[in-house]
Amino acid sequence: MRVNFTVNGRPQQADDVWEGESLLYVLRERLGLPGSKNACEQGECGSCTVRLDGVPVCACLVAAGQAEGREVVTVEGLAAGGQGELAPVQQAFIDAGAVQCGFCTPGLLVVADDLLAHTPQPSDADIREALSGNLCRCTGYEKILDAVRLAAARAGAGQEG
Amino acid sequence: MRDLTQGIRARGGIGESTLRPDGTLKVSGEFAYASDLWHEDMLWGFTLRSPHAHARILSVDVTEALRTAGVHAVMTHDDLPAETRYGLEIKDTPVLADGVVRHHGEPVALVAADHPETARRAAAKIKVEYAQLPVVTDEKTATAPGAPLLHPARDDAHARHSPHPNIVHRQPVVRGDVAAARELADVVVRGEYEMGMQDQAFLGPESGLAVPAEDGGVDLYISTQWLHADRRQVAPVIGLPEDKVRMTLSGVGGAFGGREDLSMQAHACLLALRTGKPVKIVYNRFESFFGHVHRHPAKLVYEHGATRDGTLLYVRCRIVLDGGAYASSSPAVVGNAASLAVGPYVVDNVDVEALALYTNNPPCGAMRGFGAVQACFAYEAQMDRVAAELGMDPVEFRQRNAMAQGAVMPTGQVVDSPAPVAELLRRVKAMPLPPERQWETAGGAPDLRALPGGLSNTTHGEGVVRGIGYAVGIKNVGFSEGFDDYSTARVRLEVVGGEPVATVHTAMAEVGQGGVTVHAQIARTELGVARVTINPADTRVGSAGSTSASRQTYVTGGAVKRACEAVREEVLELGRARFGPYHPAWATAELLLEDGKVVTDGGEVLADLVDVLEDAYVERELEWRHRPTEPFDLRTGQGRGHVQYSFAAHRAVVEVDTELGLVKVVELACAQDVGKALNPLSVTGQIQGGSTQGLGLAVMEEIVVDPATAKVRNPSFTDYLIPTILDTPAIPVDILELADEHAPYGLRGVGEAPTLSSTPAVVAAIRQATGLAVRRVPVRPEHLTGT
Repeated sequence: MRVNFTVNGRPQQADDVWEGESLLYVLRERLGLPGSKNACEQGECGSCTVRLDGVPVCACLVAAGQAEGREVVTVEGLAAGGQGELAPVQQAFIDAGAVQCGFCTPGLLVVADDLLAHTPQPSDADIREALSGNLCRCTGYEKILDAVRLAAARAGAGQEG
Repeated sequence: MRDLTQGIRARGGIGESTLRPDGTLKVSGEFAYASDLWHEDMLWGFTLRSPHAHARILSVDVTEALRTAGVHAVMTHDDLPAETRYGLEIKDTPVLADGVVRHHGEPVALVAADHPETARRAAAKIKVEYAQLPVVTDEKTATAPGAPLLHPARDDAHARHSPHPNIVHRQPVVRGDVAAARELADVVVRGEYEMGMQDQAFLGPESGLAVPAEDGGVDLYISTQWLHADRRQVAPVIGLPEDKVRMTLSGVGGAFGGREDLSMQAHACLLALRTGKPVKIVYNRFESFFGHVHRHPAKLVYEHGATRDGTLLYVRCRIVLDGGAYASSSPAVVGNAASLAVGPYVVDNVDVEALALYTNNPPCGAMRGFGAVQACFAYEAQMDRVAAELGMDPVEFRQRNAMAQGAVMPTGQVVDSPAPVAELLRRVKAMPLPPERQWETAGGAPDLRALPGGLSNTTHGEGVVRGIGYAVGIKNVGFSEGFDDYSTARVRLEVVGGEPVATVHTAMAEVGQGGVTVHAQIARTELGVARVTINPADTRVGSAGSTSASRQTYVTGGAVKRACEAVREEVLELGRARFGPYHPAWATAELLLEDGKVVTDGGEVLADLVDVLEDAYVERELEWRHRPTEPFDLRTGQGRGHVQYSFAAHRAVVEVDTELGLVKVVELACAQDVGKALNPLSVTGQIQGGSTQGLGLAVMEEIVVDPATAKVRNPSFTDYLIPTILDTPAIPVDILELADEHAPYGLRGVGEAPTLSSTPAVVAAIRQATGLAVRRVPVRPEHLTGT
């Protein structure tokens, strides 16, 4: 089948899609967007999280056909400015040491970005709750908390200034 | 304590928390992990695996699978072109099952097809007829008279001294006179302990891309922990000389020991050479649970004797590790468990026996902590119990018996660098405790997220009891027992765009630990340049050894340092030849490279590196070795078996819902001596990550194997739980830097020690909260409720 949907603001068309393929598979293998990760492919780890019409979902649990006509934002689309400029939350992950192997990072970034969009100054408990669907095996999460706190603080400081 | 790095200064050099060079790629989604690779005309490989733990294969019919549209090849054991077995230490693992399957999930056949689903469906059409055989699953069944032998014709190095063919390796460690010491003991405590099978659960699944080359060789892009060990094992299986098997490290999504053994490496190469097309294999999570070895489950029996004043007199113990169907690194795990069985304590009389079994359970091998984790859980439980018997504070009792520099290990090895065991305990104990009842809010309704059971809304604080527990551990750093544990580094210095640039090329597997960050820091420090390029790791440079055993910063870092020093010497020679005649300091002063310049130790600038090098480049490739070790005596376990020891201590604070048996770890504080923190941010990340894996082992992580069938019951993240951000508490870290003068910059391997003491500290806290004698990890609710 053919699937048409918007990815990171650009219309995309995927052909010869087998009906059983997930949105994750189509993004990774047919559209050249491997940033969303395939850590469990069963909706348990959050590494493939994308925004589907603005709502974070596990792309591995969305059938590709369900994305027809909809808008998808992946980790590749977080840096809205393009031209290599990172989104604040991406830069905060680097600066705080929240990236080790990095396999969980794309999913965490999409979720953290969504959290900060809705809750610009989250409490630690808010951050933990929002990120609780994303597994990380390397960091022990402390630096990930630091990164989200840092992104929130920088955004807050930016607004005050 | 002397800082071995005093006087060293370079921007972005060692000691600074410089940021990862791969950070931008990793946060933008552009970093290419093995599973992200793509090649034109690429096929997908799939592995058919055994549904039984022990069975004879009566027949395999691939006809229908081969007929499936889109399928390019199907391979079984009969199609293997060369050697049919491989292994890290013992070549006992079939590339594809050879008439018998010995564990659930053993690879039986391979399919290559143009779509992963086509490959999966074709594999399902392979007809394999099995005749099930009886399984052995523990020491009793494995060593019973007439027990089925896993490898009846074994002729490996350990076969001769092993007391039973189903025992991979046995290592005693004997010192002093336990029987005599027992007579003198005022207190004797005996305990039996058990540890379940933990999984590394790295997030990036096993994957790689094999590309057949025009010269008849193959290029493999692979996520692994040791490229050269993979090549050494793959080349004989595909029947090619090693120089025709070229390997390049892809992005690696974590490892923790689980990528030491081959998974799909040989399979992808076999399919690529068979089809003449690039073949990619990517495991899904289900398959990943079968695709790599796990941490050895263990049964441990300990007896400690002490005097009334709190002096440990003797330790006697027996550690039985389940190695599963194939050896993997079981012999080395046994060596670690035996030599570190007593912990970081001075004990003059020791009688240790450690062994690993062959069973029909899933194969076990390397996981972070490597044999030391199992022992630490048991000896730390014992230390608490002895302290309780004596009426002593458990920390004070540990400190009283703590080893220090100069102590003698049960193996006879003298600990000849700092061993601040008592100080680490003091530090974790001195950290402020987290406030009680943190779930209480001003509004009255509790914050469920801070309670055991979390948002399941199981308690609002009723039945919740707090406990505090301590533990400390000892881990060896580097490969032990006489292994030639070296690393290679190639360093080049040249002028690029009017600026001196260093290029570092090693085969070190960057698996997330931050070795690439540290290599750049070392090059900046030694060569005084701002710009460093880290080349991709591949087999065009000599081996860097494994990203294991907390060794990479020590050994490959040591090689990078040494290569930089050699480059520096050559650069200074160039400078002397060019400018020496014009300035006597070139001959008389100690010369350094700083900020792109040659300077004297007095700070006088002699020349710009750019002018010294001009169009020339200086390149050196060197091997570097740490001090040699020696094997343990097979009868007594005596020997200088280890390179370096590392120590960490934890304090865990838990809250337990005693009615439901649910545990919330409230805080997990850690103090660790790292010798020298080359990158404090990375070091802290290692300690926090390692501590969290220990927490997982304490309260949730276990691969459950059915004792009747030896089949894995929970191969998914739905049923194998690892800590989420809600399960993981604040992890304050106190880093101590006491230099080891034998190691580069005085550093001490960091990665594993925090995984040891984390588990027993959490369990000690649970015991304190509940008053229960918890003897097994992971602790499950029913262990606490008795239901």
